[in-house]
Amino acid sequence: MRYVGVNSFADAVDLMGSEQGKCMILAGGTDVLVQLKLGLVEPDLLINIKAIPGVKEISVSSTEYRIGVAVSGAELGEDAGLKAEWPGIVEAMELIGSTQVQGRATLVGNLCNASPAADAVPALVSAAARVEILGPLGRRKINVKDVTIAPGKTSLAKDEIITAVCLPRQQKNSGDAYLRFIPRTEMDIAVASAAVNLILAQDGSVQSARVSLGAVAPTVLLVDDAAKALVGSKLDDAALEQLSMACSAACSPIDDRRGTIDFRTKTAGVLACRAAKIAFQRAGGSL
Amino acid sequence: MSKIHVSTEINGDQVEFLCETDETLLDVLRDQLGLTGAKEGCGTGDCGACSVTVDGRLVCSCLVLGAEVEGSAVTTIEGMADGDALHPLQRHLLEGAALQCGICTPGVLVAAKALLDKNPDPSEEELRYWLAGNLCRCTGYDKIIRSVMTAAAEMRGEKS
Ligand SMILES: Cc1cc2nc3c(=O)[nH]c(=O)nc-3n(C[C@H](O)[C@H](O)[C@H](O)COP(=O)(O)OP(=O)(O)OC[C@H]3O[C@@H](n4cnc5c(N)ncnc54)[C@H](O)[C@@H]3O)c2cc1C
Ligand code: FES
Ligand code: FES
Repeated sequence: MRYVGVNSFADAVDLMGSEQGKCMILAGGTDVLVQLKLGLVEPDLLINIKAIPGVKEISVSSTEYRIGVAVSGAELGEDAGLKAEWPGIVEAMELIGSTQVQGRATLVGNLCNASPAADAVPALVSAAARVEILGPLGRRKINVKDVTIAPGKTSLAKDEIITAVCLPRQQKNSGDAYLRFIPRTEMDIAVASAAVNLILAQDGSVQSARVSLGAVAPTVLLVDDAAKALVGSKLDDAALEQLSMACSAACSPIDDRRGTIDFRTKTAGVLACRAAKIAFQRAGGSL
Repeated sequence: MSKIHVSTEINGDQVEFLCETDETLLDVLRDQLGLTGAKEGCGTGDCGACSVTVDGRLVCSCLVLGAEVEGSAVTTIEGMADGDALHPLQRHLLEGAALQCGICTPGVLVAAKALLDKNPDPSEEELRYWLAGNLCRCTGYDKIIRSVMTAAAEMRGEKS
């Protein structure tokens, strides 16, 4: 394996384009190093992107947050403005691993590792976050939802790299939340998870919603029927019942010793209801 | 395969080393630099026995490549005591019998110090969550938590 530290995304794209063997990008390395150690991946070229100028920065404009691809979970949590505006995303990222893992792990690494149980991804999908991608033909932006296409697989071409996460500014009267179920209280991988992002109307009812689920299908799901169940309601019991049913109906989980199909399906609905209540209160709604 | 030349700072000293591309910082510390305080419990980020800081951040040195610390500042357990004078955390872990086999201890100390550098007055709950990635097979954790809380109080200048 060869190792290169690049100083620009363009250099990374050139290297990936000309490399005959397998390339891998190294961000925080909390997935890559484990996979190297276990022999799950055998890249010919490893490209460290942490020295590219700007990758450790979070910038904010009137329309969006731009989060650098080497910003760690710990750094994300220290950005008070971002945490106040998108608490669900920050909390989701902070659930990943230990303090030590938080010192390295990134949002984009979590996304591109493409685990169905990746904790940051449902919250990003509910927020309608996008990623900026650089390739040989230039820049493009796609929805986070369209990055993962199967467990362990992304839609990026061999010579494309994500250069930033773009998060819209949260509107007034809106809130987000993310919850996961794990059998322990810390250091475990989600058995089911749910993220909800809501905007309230003047009268305090839900004007629009985005509901997504993790660990219950090969990729994170954005469940339109679940969002519809909430719109127009103030999260009364009937709406929550509908939400739960819509979520469970969307699930197609695996069955394993950490959670059966039935358990994951039911839990996804329960978590969506609880996350919806938190998001609703964060948006200024009263239950 | 040609080795990579890395210059970095470790516990305040300028250090240069050559490493293989797939060699972790933990391997470099232990096998090349003779800094065997950091331990390899798992090698996969789960146990925290290899904890060090890189540019002020607590990390698992088994999840960092040696090549990645070019131009960084690393601190390890070897940098904690001041000559023969133990750091209050080290002294209180000893006095509080917060170690048995001792394999987890360097990692616990480095992690606890990183917390106290950030927050000199953590709650017990905060400390327990902070140390959730430092596994200990022997002590049952209580003595570790109590010793760190006592050390923190002493470092704040409170009488115990
Ligand atoms: C002890 C431990 C506990 C963990 N717990 C959790 C958990 O609770 N929940 C969870 O979801 N995950 C968990 N993880 C997995 C991991 O920490 C996360 O997925 C993390 O967010 C990965 O980020 P990273 O920066 O370390 O990625 P890396 O390991 O650097 O990269 C991951 C993947 O993304 C690709 N990549 C990185 N950056 C880019 C880019 N800019 N463009 C294109 N591709 C890119 C890499 O090539 C690689 O395939 C845990 C890991 C460990 C070791
Ligand atoms: S050896 Fe690094 S976390 Fe276990
Ligand atoms: S003292 Fe033995 S592992 Fe902690």
